[in-house]
Amino acid sequence: MLETIVQGVLLGGLYTLFALGQSLMFGVMRLTNTAQGDFIILGAFAVIAGTALFGDAPLLITLAVLPVAFGFGYALQRYVLNGTLGKDPLPSLVVTFGLSIVIQNLLLELFSADPRSIETGGLNTQGLRIGESLSIGVLPVIVLVIALAATAALQWLFANTALGRSFRAVSDDREIAELMGLNAKKVYALATAIAFVLIALAGALQGMRTTVSPSDGPLLLLFAFEAVIIGGMGSFWGTLAGAMILGITQQIGFRLDPGWGIWVGHLVFLAVLVVRPQGLFPKTR
Amino acid sequence: MTALLSVHGLQAFYGDAQALFGVDVTLSQGEVVAIIGANGAGKSTLLKCLTGLVRAPREAIQFKGEAIGGLPPGEIVRRGLAMVPEGRRLFSSLSVEENLLIGGQSGRKGPWNLQRLYTLFPILAEKRNNPGTALSGGQQQMVALGRALMSNPDVLLCDELSLGLAPIVIREIYAAMPAITREGMTVVIVEQDVTMAQRVSQRIYCLQEGRVSLQGRSDALTREQISQAYFGL
Repeated sequence: MLETIVQGVLLGGLYTLFALGQSLMFGVMRLTNTAQGDFIILGAFAVIAGTALFGDAPLLITLAVLPVAFGFGYALQRYVLNGTLGKDPLPSLVVTFGLSIVIQNLLLELFSADPRSIETGGLNTQGLRIGESLSIGVLPVIVLVIALAATAALQWLFANTALGRSFRAVSDDREIAELMGLNAKKVYALATAIAFVLIALAGALQGMRTTVSPSDGPLLLLFAFEAVIIGGMGSFWGTLAGAMILGITQQIGFRLDPGWGIWVGHLVFLAVLVVRPQGLFPKTR
Repeated sequence: MTALLSVHGLQAFYGDAQALFGVDVTLSQGEVVAIIGANGAGKSTLLKCLTGLVRAPREAIQFKGEAIGGLPPGEIVRRGLAMVPEGRRLFSSLSVEENLLIGGQSGRKGPWNLQRLYTLFPILAEKRNNPGTALSGGQQQMVALGRALMSNPDVLLCDELSLGLAPIVIREIYAAMPAITREGMTVVIVEQDVTMAQRVSQRIYCLQEGRVSLQGRSDALTREQISQAYFGL
């Protein structure tokens, strides 16, 4: 039982990274990015392509991909997604859904449908033995630590910096925020830029932990979405909690029957939607 | 005296509906001007045109010798026009102090800062860490007023400061006006409360159905003139 929960928490760390970007973009501009999962996979393939081009230094290449992701996210929001925002949520859903299809097919064209992974020199198979019966992977622990740090950093950014204040102000009342001299389009672009750093990071770690293939995106989107909804839209600690709940219930499901894991996760998600549609911790501050 | 702000033949539309039909208004440095009129007369629309929230033709609004009609709101506030919006509209997830700091975001220099606002409204210093929306109506109005002052504007536009407030609270808010205008800030107040508007302003414009129906010195206008201009009776 302890092992199941520990493995669930480790899995939850990964899901947190999948979901934080989604939570950030929704929190600041009520934009649901249905290409979230595909962008994560794109991030993984960016690192894979980098290692193929520049040699076998996955950590350095991941670090190099992050600022590229920042710029990419900024430009995407500034020149594409800003045009889809408005009272009607449909245009942004349609455009991101379209992007999802474009990315999947682009990756399929460039990399074929073969699953690939980022070679980490054995890091992904190293384990830590704790006590008699418990063994945990080194890489999942690293992922969990990064997820906790990213959540804390985002929460700090929102609560204590001028940028975070701008994020909350445009989220509360865009018109008045602009009246105060904020440029909402730039603020949105910065939010998406930060979200894309998290997305690229999530992709790189997913590629190191397991294999990725061009059609994996929608499933990752589903996990990200479930984590955000369970936790409550727009609260980062809520997103972390949602991801943990999803990870643990999936592990319990896997324990009951190897075919049940993801399904049990979905059941818990549906139960939360029925009982608490606003999520468990729906607070944005 | 040369005009600090002049509005000339301003027409404004919401979609197909026309809200202003050729409005002329001029403001001189250091004046307090009241704009009165019934609901739907176009008072708020006029302020929204001045601050860029409603589209206006470029040349229709001249501020410090430049045409500013239709510029983005952020650009206009950087040039020195700030507004206290109708209904206060504080940022609900920001504390009192954060609301004020957002107002200072435009980076204009001047006498107004957190310290000075807290001296003017001591209650805000006490509640600086509370969420803006957890305050009473009057205190929220102080925050909204302070938020606009934080941008150190040349012209402060106040849209219905008295909306939904008790008379005693309204008097308390307006008691802060002398401290605001002392250094020559020009203030425009939009008011439903005609008596209050007449008392605090030097000049009055009355709008009726999108046109200026009366203008003059506040102390020279009679009740009859105003009610005729107000209701068009």
